[in-house]
Amino acid sequence: MTRLIYELTESFRIAFAQIRANKLRSILTALGVIIGIVAVTLMGTAIRGIDTGFNKSLAMLGDDVLYVQKWPWGPVEDFWNYSNRPAIMPDQADKLNRIIEQTPNSLLEVAVPVSSRSTSVKYGENKVSGVFTIGTTADYGRLISADFSEGRLFNETEANGGRPVCVLGFDVAEAVFQNRSPLGETVLVGSHPFTVIGVVAKQGSFLGLFSFDNQVILPLEAFRKYFSARRGAELRVKITDKMRVAEAREELIGAVRRVRGQLPGERDNFNINEQGAFKAQLDPIKQGIALAGLFITGLSLFVGAIGIMNITFVSVKERTKEIGTRKALGARRRTILLQFLIEAVSICLIGGIAGLLLTYTLVQVVSVTLPAIPVEFSVSLVFISMAVSIATGIVSGFAPAWGASRLDPVVALRYE
Amino acid sequence: MTPSLAPELAGRITRPAGPLVIDIAGVTKLYQMGEEIIHALRGVSVKIHRNEYLAVMGPSGSGKSTLMNMLGCLDTPSEGRYEFTGKNVATMVDDELADIRNREIGFVFQTFNLLPRSTALANVELPLIYAGYAPAERKTKAIQAMQNVGLGDRLHHRPNELSGGQRQRVAIARALVNSPSIILADEPTGNLDSKTGVEIMALFEQLYAQGNTLIVVTHEEDIARHARRIVRLRDGLIESDGPVG
Ligand SMILES: Nc1ncnc2c1ncn2[C@@H]1O[C@H](COP(=O)(O)OP(=O)(O)O)[C@@H](O)[C@H]1O
Ligand SMILES: [Mg+2]
Repeated sequence: MTRLIYELTESFRIAFAQIRANKLRSILTALGVIIGIVAVTLMGTAIRGIDTGFNKSLAMLGDDVLYVQKWPWGPVEDFWNYSNRPAIMPDQADKLNRIIEQTPNSLLEVAVPVSSRSTSVKYGENKVSGVFTIGTTADYGRLISADFSEGRLFNETEANGGRPVCVLGFDVAEAVFQNRSPLGETVLVGSHPFTVIGVVAKQGSFLGLFSFDNQVILPLEAFRKYFSARRGAELRVKITDKMRVAEAREELIGAVRRVRGQLPGERDNFNINEQGAFKAQLDPIKQGIALAGLFITGLSLFVGAIGIMNITFVSVKERTKEIGTRKALGARRRTILLQFLIEAVSICLIGGIAGLLLTYTLVQVVSVTLPAIPVEFSVSLVFISMAVSIATGIVSGFAPAWGASRLDPVVALRYE
Repeated sequence: MTPSLAPELAGRITRPAGPLVIDIAGVTKLYQMGEEIIHALRGVSVKIHRNEYLAVMGPSGSGKSTLMNMLGCLDTPSEGRYEFTGKNVATMVDDELADIRNREIGFVFQTFNLLPRSTALANVELPLIYAGYAPAERKTKAIQAMQNVGLGDRLHHRPNELSGGQRQRVAIARALVNSPSIILADEPTGNLDSKTGVEIMALFEQLYAQGNTLIVVTHEEDIARHARRIVRLRDGLIESDGPVG
């Protein structure tokens, strides 16, 4: 046992001396492994980044919220069936809340009506277009997890009275007010004056596609008065227990049917949407990344492995006489086998470490220069890369190392 | 040791022979070269005892190296019997032979066969690694062996920083370091100029005096006459076997 340890130490020493003596050759051979490790770690980083980015965004929206809407999320085929459904009106939220109150141990907490459209926000000469504008009630504060950087959300009195007050998203506030405080100032939402009473703290964007900071929140009544009285809404329903989504969903379906006066046997004329389902829509993207990453990884590791097999064969050939000498001095087959395996593994490990460092640097650069792109480095990637490198080394080094260990010492010693 | 040491037989000590170390009988070795079968050894029998200093002589191609490899357990006979310190070697497998080579035999090659990227000390330590010695003990033993061949001040030189004679001394230190039963040297002076060759033979004389058992292969009469006994080979057969003189 101790003998094995001494032999291993000696093998590592020889391997590194060997690699140092053949720097260029070793680096070129390690290239395949470097690319492979970069590909696999970048892939892991991207997938993790998408997941965390998504979860963060879900938390921003409230990840314990069900959406009662006319349409399901995702594509539909029978467009007309959905479009003919009766609209979901904001007052249905009140009725729903009454039912929730009457239900003992309800899994539903509160229903909040939300109408939305795109408008512009203007202050003096400064104008932002394409602002995501929502009208909602004071209960909205119970849905979202965001903080306010300044001010507050409107209260129930302001909301019910349809007062012309508004809460700006961070980017909107910054765009129209630059560095001044917008509190108490009057902005034009569309063409209607609203007094700013709050600014939502910066939340960032959803996968860099959709910014939560580019919004303005109005009291529902004011929204309906100025933008569209007959326009439908969606109902966002907060549930009490994230672990019991399915049950809450069942309860909600029953309650909404009552609110909408549906008869038994009639098909639901609404959809309950949830973010969990939305998340599933990202799966193809993640699978795509994984597939591309695995393909590139596989290809470069394959090429790398062949390169390393080749260099190990060359190394065995060049050092045939040395192998003979070692055998004459008492090296067993195992010793020789391990020595060349360790040499192949060492090259792979060096490639793997280089690849990791490269990915790490890339991730740092990306997260500093393009904060919108979600990337995240993790410790498990280090272990995966090391394992992949070692496995590549063993697989590619085995055949030449085996051959070396089987060499007849006399033949090896005579080799010139 | 003076380089002028001539192979004068008078005044040399000859130590009494010890127990039997090598006993081969009727050993043959065949090599297949395509269609042709080469009889490198055609039936060789030798007994070698501890404390002997033996030279194997013969013209090129007579089978000296083949015999040497056989005695050194690098190779096994095609036919015949080989007992090394009473153990039957002819039937041993690779790793058993490796252990015998490691513990019982010290090789000295014509081309020195040092590892080019390792220091002299690391080269000498190598057999001790295979023997399972701990690093500290390895170092002590290796330094001792280096001092014994007069290279105590060249421990950290690499082979390419040493002269031919010094390289062969390192190789001899490596052969000695594990205190083997016999030292086998195949044309140890073949790659050295005659003056350095004489120095190496003087070192062998010293090793012999210290109690080592030596077998030196050579095709040079001058070198062979340093030994106490000469076995002459011709065409794979022993032509003569007797004391020097
Ligand atoms: N591995 C081998 N394959 C084929 N022929 C060999 C091999 N080793 C030695 N021989 C042949 O065996 C004979 C004896 O060789 P060798 O023992 O090296 O002679 P010496 O050392 O006395 O010069 C020679 O004819 C040589 O060509
Ligand atoms: Mg020879």
